[in-house]
Amino acid sequence: MAATDTTPLVALRDIRKSYGDVEVLRGVSFDVHRGEVVCLIGPSGSGKTTLVRCINHLEKIQSGRITVDGELIGYREHKGRIIEDSEKRIADRRQKIGMVFQRFNLFPHLTALENVTVGPVRVQGRDPKTVTAEARELLARVKLADRAGHYPSQLSGGQQQRVAIARALAMKPAVMLFDEPTSALDPETVGEVLEVMKELALTGTTMIVVTHEMGFARDVANRIVMMDQGAVVEIGSAEQIFTNPQQERTKAFFKAMR
Amino acid sequence: MSGDFNIDTAFFLKYLFNPPAIIWKGLWLTIWISVVAQALGVAIGLLIALSIRSKRAWLRGFGKFYVWVWRGTPLLVQLVLIYTGVAAAGFYKYPDIQIGPFTLTGPLQAALITLSLNEAAYMAEIFRAALSSIDKGQFDAARALGMRPITAMRWIILPQAARMVVPPLGNEFTLMIKGTSLLAILGIRELFGTLQQLNAATFRTFELFIIAAIWYLLLTTIMGFVQKRLEAHYGRYDQPAADSKTTPGLRGLFSGQR
Ligand SMILES: Nc1ncnc2c1ncn2[C@@H]1O[C@H](COP(=O)(O)OP(=O)(O)OP(=O)(O)O)[C@@H](O)[C@H]1O
Ligand SMILES: [Mg+2]
Repeated sequence: MAATDTTPLVALRDIRKSYGDVEVLRGVSFDVHRGEVVCLIGPSGSGKTTLVRCINHLEKIQSGRITVDGELIGYREHKGRIIEDSEKRIADRRQKIGMVFQRFNLFPHLTALENVTVGPVRVQGRDPKTVTAEARELLARVKLADRAGHYPSQLSGGQQQRVAIARALAMKPAVMLFDEPTSALDPETVGEVLEVMKELALTGTTMIVVTHEMGFARDVANRIVMMDQGAVVEIGSAEQIFTNPQQERTKAFFKAMR
Repeated sequence: MSGDFNIDTAFFLKYLFNPPAIIWKGLWLTIWISVVAQALGVAIGLLIALSIRSKRAWLRGFGKFYVWVWRGTPLLVQLVLIYTGVAAAGFYKYPDIQIGPFTLTGPLQAALITLSLNEAAYMAEIFRAALSSIDKGQFDAARALGMRPITAMRWIILPQAARMVVPPLGNEFTLMIKGTSLLAILGIRELFGTLQQLNAATFRTFELFIIAAIWYLLLTTIMGFVQKRLEAHYGRYDQPAADSKTTPGLRGLFSGQR
């Protein structure tokens, strides 16, 4: 087991990404290990959203390699060259990567329960009965057992985001990506979502979390990745980054946060 | 202002409440042609809309060209061209087609082809508007769950588009029912053609065409009720005061002109 435990679950190697002439990721590299919670922080426009979207290939990259569980994401090697993968294989890889969006993106025409079951049933072709039972457990886990039959429009922001978390978990992903999951929420519902995420972290879920919630990052993250202008400025344990940041830009970022 | 109107009330009432078999046949023809042509128009229109949204330039070009041609020419011209013109030029002579016990005569074939292809152009615009109004986050969320484009279309995007398509679809069908009256010029004895034929024998123009108007009104009114039911069905996931007025691509209920 020791060998597999030390191979990273998610490995980013020199990721470069441009929109037109503007390079928004300029060679990002880091690893995320099994069971680890990594928080991505950094000023607006530093490329955090772009980076997490690249990890499940919602965005293409210009160069570099992303692997999840040892498998290349979005691309494959063909006669020594790297080419974009087939639609089917990209879709298959994405099943291993759960994603939670800033704006929830729940499916409005489906109930909370159906939002959670639609992936396993329609993508994985699993038995609806079994999936529904699992989905109810997941909704209970995010404390929404009593809202299974509600449509997203009948739920608060915090409730919607918790359904979105359950929806992603239903695919049994190897890693969960969160892009500022609480920044579109009313202040009073932020806590309930962070609580659920904390519980996930404690039960060993591998998570990459873009967040401005410094309290959450400090309490829950194993490591912090500080980004600025498309590059990693500094990586360290939460303890080290918060109490003893090495880089001027990190210090300036914390100062601006306060 | 003469007092003696030339109205045969007995004739009117007889033809209204106890119509001869040929009126029933004409009515039936109007209904089934409308339903079949509308259904084909919806299916083909969806394909055209998808081709307009395609990544491939030639498909986009084809779709736009199709809509441009079919919407830019009168239905009457299309009907004559596709039936008389095509046969006269010797491309296709429209031999009768036997489908089980039914005979699809040449004029009926041409009518169905023309009405469907014409309708497809309008439906394509309606689908295109509906699809483009769906939040990009829905596509992201579907892809992030590992859905391939067809799966996402089927289970996530189209059900949401359907809700926006139903109101203009109802209007389209109303126009279709009324539009079938043009088929009389191909010698098809649908409702209008039948009454024209009766008129030639009886010269009771006013009475007969009041009856025609009543029948069309009845059909379009029933259609309106069906539309309401469908709208309620597809709007079920909205909170009470949902906005149904923002539907794109609307053509006026009774103002449609081709
Ligand atoms: N679709 C796009 N087209 C062009 N430029 C884009 C696009 N998406 C993002 N960018 C640019 O890429 C850069 C990084 O954006 P990104 O959204 O990844 O930053 P972020 O760190 O998530 O910021 P925030 O904290 O505000 O969410 C920004 O300069 C942004 O303007
Ligand atoms: Mg962002």
